[in-house]
Amino acid sequence: MLKKLHERAALFRAVRFFFENNAYLEVETPIRNPVLIPEATIRPVAAAGFFLQTSPELCMKRLLAQGYGKIFQICKCFRGQERGDRHLPEFTMLEWYRAGGDYQSLMAETVGLLCFIADEMEGGGMDMQVVTLLRKSPRFLTVAEAFHTYTSISVEQALADDCFDEILVEHVEPNLGQNRPCFLYDYPLELGSLARRKEGDSSLCERFELYVQGVELANGFSELTDVAEQRLRFTNELQRAEKWGQEGGAMPEKFLGDLHKMPDACGIAFGLDRLVMLLTGASTIDAVVSFSPEEL
Amino acid sequence: MYTSSDLRKGLKIEIDGEPYVITKFDFSKPGKGQALYRCHLRNMVTGNGFDKTYRSNDKFKKAPLDERQMQFLYSQGEEYNFMDNQSYEQYIIMKDQLADVIDFMIDNMNVDVLLFNDNPIGVTLANFVTLEVTRADPWVKGDTSGTDTKPVTVETGYELQVPPFVEEGDRIQIDTRTGSYLTRAKD
Repeated sequence: MLKKLHERAALFRAVRFFFENNAYLEVETPIRNPVLIPEATIRPVAAAGFFLQTSPELCMKRLLAQGYGKIFQICKCFRGQERGDRHLPEFTMLEWYRAGGDYQSLMAETVGLLCFIADEMEGGGMDMQVVTLLRKSPRFLTVAEAFHTYTSISVEQALADDCFDEILVEHVEPNLGQNRPCFLYDYPLELGSLARRKEGDSSLCERFELYVQGVELANGFSELTDVAEQRLRFTNELQRAEKWGQEGGAMPEKFLGDLHKMPDACGIAFGLDRLVMLLTGASTIDAVVSFSPEEL
Repeated sequence: MYTSSDLRKGLKIEIDGEPYVITKFDFSKPGKGQALYRCHLRNMVTGNGFDKTYRSNDKFKKAPLDERQMQFLYSQGEEYNFMDNQSYEQYIIMKDQLADVIDFMIDNMNVDVLLFNDNPIGVTLANFVTLEVTRADPWVKGDTSGTDTKPVTVETGYELQVPPFVEEGDRIQIDTRTGSYLTRAKD
């Protein structure tokens, strides 16, 4: 039983080693923020007039705007009412951002991280099937292709019928990443409020998700840098949040004020607890953290 | 009222006037997507089940269930009669609703009865009951046939495998969850 935190620590060391080797700067940004990313599907946790971060994205992008070109962070994120075998309301995120990159180059870099982790973790009592899988050449599948392959409904129809999430979770996700890592990419524009429009197809955004053994591990994209479009997308998201009864949403003005200085960039959020789960063969996220909320 | 965040395995809710228990539960939330509460529900009266995925804003009615201790009085054809130990009120439960319970239930036994809107829908027995063996083949000492169990019938008519030394007239303890022999009762 003492093993789990050792395995977790070994993974964190490997991750830090990878970013150090690739000349990334480890940063910390405030966990409490007065304004969060407007996201209707995430319930913020209030903390003495502030909110606990749902992700460090806004602060890290402001660092890009200040001129830090390659940054990563391992931090706690908080999302109210998310609890299940793969969800904790407080979980550990790895996020990294790189100036000059786009989502294609970011997927390639993520493959590099998976291979590096596989090499570093090999022989440490890890699930060898997963270690071997991480090294395999990944599958790249667009969201449209995935719906065509695994469902009898098109992406457009699923969005119109308001059942995109249900179809994705029940019929698509279980098939992804079973034999090799899988990148699901090119999402409908409305499903990436901070992602850049795809060049050549303005109905899509340059966003991807990484899946291993049906588990969603990471979400990355080419960053949206157009200030007016970002404000419009946030406005839509705030309206959606209000419609669903969420309170306290506000426009992140300081972030928008810095955005024009931000270079073209790519960024990704990677759930480290879930990667520990996969590598150790744990069936629940509770098994890879020191204490679950119910144990406190 | 329950909200989606109350959903979990074992929770009992009312849908269209019938009680359901959640037998499987999974929380999902695709990246940038909505929270989804995936349930398998079993109808507590008919036993029929179905899968259903709920969203955050869904609301649920608590199933009005009540468990009371009653005494099994007697059976008459398909009807089994019980009496509430506190109110002395009598209830009838049909044989097919009792299922395996009748294998272990004898007159005057105390049982737990589950009520939905004051209608009995199920009976739970104590984990262990003691019943008398009414038919058993005699044990032949030195039997070398190699079998280490033999079949016997108990007073309810239920048949089970027991060690060869159990004889007719013995009282034996049975685990009602598995239906298997536990030990010979010393009384």
